[in-house]
Amino acid sequence: MSTKLLFDIAWTHVTARVRQTLVGMAGVAMGVGFTIMMAGLMEGSQIDFLRQLVDTMPHITIQDERRAVPTQPADQEYGAVQMSNVTNLNNRPGIRYPESVMASLRSWLPGDVAPSVRTTAIIDHGGGRIGVTLTGIDPRLETRVSKLATQMREGVISDLSRAPNAIIIGEALAQKLAVKPGNSVTLIGGKGTEVTSSVVGVYRSGLKRIDEGQIYALTGFAQIMMGQSGVINELRLRLNNPLVAQQVATQVEAQTGYKSVSWQEANADLLSTFAVRDFIVLTVMGAMLLTSSFATYNIISTITHEKRQDIAIMKSLGMREYAVRRIFIIESAIIGFVGILFGWLIGYLLCYGWSHITIYNPLTGANVPLQIYYSPTHYIVAGGISLICCTGAAFFPARKATRVHPVEIIRGAS
Amino acid sequence: MSEITSMSEVASEVASEVALQAVGLVRRIEGAISHTLVNGIDLSVRKGEFVAITGPSGSGKSSLLYLLGLLDAPTEGDVVICGQPTSKLSESDRADIRLTRCGFVFQFHFLLPEFTSLQNVTLPMRAAGKMTDKEMNERGLELLTSLGLKEHAHKRPNQLSGGQRQRVAIARALSNQPEIIVADEPTGALDTTSTEQVFSILRDIADSGRTVVVVTHDPALAARADRRVHIVDGKIHDSIPGAIQGSSPAPEPAVAVGASAAES
Repeated sequence: MSTKLLFDIAWTHVTARVRQTLVGMAGVAMGVGFTIMMAGLMEGSQIDFLRQLVDTMPHITIQDERRAVPTQPADQEYGAVQMSNVTNLNNRPGIRYPESVMASLRSWLPGDVAPSVRTTAIIDHGGGRIGVTLTGIDPRLETRVSKLATQMREGVISDLSRAPNAIIIGEALAQKLAVKPGNSVTLIGGKGTEVTSSVVGVYRSGLKRIDEGQIYALTGFAQIMMGQSGVINELRLRLNNPLVAQQVATQVEAQTGYKSVSWQEANADLLSTFAVRDFIVLTVMGAMLLTSSFATYNIISTITHEKRQDIAIMKSLGMREYAVRRIFIIESAIIGFVGILFGWLIGYLLCYGWSHITIYNPLTGANVPLQIYYSPTHYIVAGGISLICCTGAAFFPARKATRVHPVEIIRGAS
Repeated sequence: MSEITSMSEVASEVASEVALQAVGLVRRIEGAISHTLVNGIDLSVRKGEFVAITGPSGSGKSSLLYLLGLLDAPTEGDVVICGQPTSKLSESDRADIRLTRCGFVFQFHFLLPEFTSLQNVTLPMRAAGKMTDKEMNERGLELLTSLGLKEHAHKRPNQLSGGQRQRVAIARALSNQPEIIVADEPTGALDTTSTEQVFSILRDIADSGRTVVVVTHDPALAARADRRVHIVDGKIHDSIPGAIQGSSPAPEPAVAVGASAAES
């Protein structure tokens, strides 16, 4: 059966009912348009959040610990005896031969590595005391493994070298303590070491928990605060492609023996929340597209009902049942296809409009623009699903209508 | 031996002359109350013969016509079209026969309302897909011209009179050059003038060598057919030769097996 004939009949039916057809197309267009907008908005906000997350932390952190607690000497000696209250023997903290480890990693790593010292401290200024994480860094290497240099709001990262006790603090912490660059604060280390240091810079990562709880100093100063001179207890890696961090971390851990934590592992709970959110969003978008196809279902149902005589006569003339059914599926596809084209336009315009909207964040006091991610995949997937929904919606009324025996209709009309 | 051969040749020759044959045709509707519409009809219609089926309302004449045109399937028996039994054919194959070998005309014209006369006429040709667009349009115009509708070729059905619509429907039935035309009360909804026109056209079609089977209530029209088959209660009551029209083939005695049974 000539497809052109079926298309001509379908086109004639569709164009003969301009208002119904436009309503159907509008339904599809709205469904597709809002789906694209939602997808762009959700993926945009997610990507923006992950980018902030990835930018504020190393892609992989090699820590001076093992995945499993090492077998203790008492266990080795008296493995068959149950012992309690035996204090585990801990080796000296820190990564052994960090320079060798870094050199070895640099030989194959798709990125760079820098040493650091991580310890905890209390920062005291004017009576306000806040516990923070103090990270000792090498300013020259830091630019290779973090975005700290670009996150500086006041001062520059190399200002750390201006004084041995210099520190860089987060913007939120600076506001909390009413500290400005040039002010002196007191730092109290884990072993009671109390040192006066000067603030030389303020950074802003965008994540409040980081900005409030993370300060930077030179490696040597952090070692003093830790009470362990010469120790490097963390190697931080930055990869060219952060998405492969998990695989690289596994390789690094196998090579060094030290626990290597990728950013994905460190934020596993958060990422699983994203997965749940993605599922919810996909469900809602699917429901939107399905709902929009109901308009098409209604139109095809109406047309098949009105065209019962035509169906009967086409069958009596010798057109096969499936060919007649295809006419109505083509009609639905026409409505869906044109609706999808308009839906793409609506989706783009919505995304464009939404990207100019800013939302005031009362916690940070900043106007945050809505992040929109433009992806052809959104358009293709929304269009594809919508087309499937439309043709599916037409299939059932078309099948029902074309199964009618022509004699029944002809007798009824005569 | 030679006598047997000679009889066989005659039988074969007769068989080749038969365009449409009903063999023990039964159409029964099963349900809470079973109802037999067609009850054991045997009928043969020769090539070029014009047969009118008459009978009172509810006698089964339209049901018989739908069975003969393969629009409906018999409960028992078979319909043989140009020597081809059809009872075991699939619905698709039956549809193919309807498309290429049978043309239908109904009481109501059943033209597609959004299509022009020419588009309606070319519809079966396009469905068959054996001709180019140009050839189909030429043939469609030729048919419409022969039925006096050339100037109405590009009009839609709602711009035509009842008689003109029915003539377009006849042109559509003829478009694939079928051997058989079946018409179910084609003049039932027409005025006297249009009735005369349509019946004359059907008569001409039969005279041109095609087989025409028409259901009609009008005894005057039925009398102009080569043969009138009268149906009562789903059975052939009688089969009467009609008037010889124009150059139609000689109305040989009807090969209407079963008529005697109905009469008895």
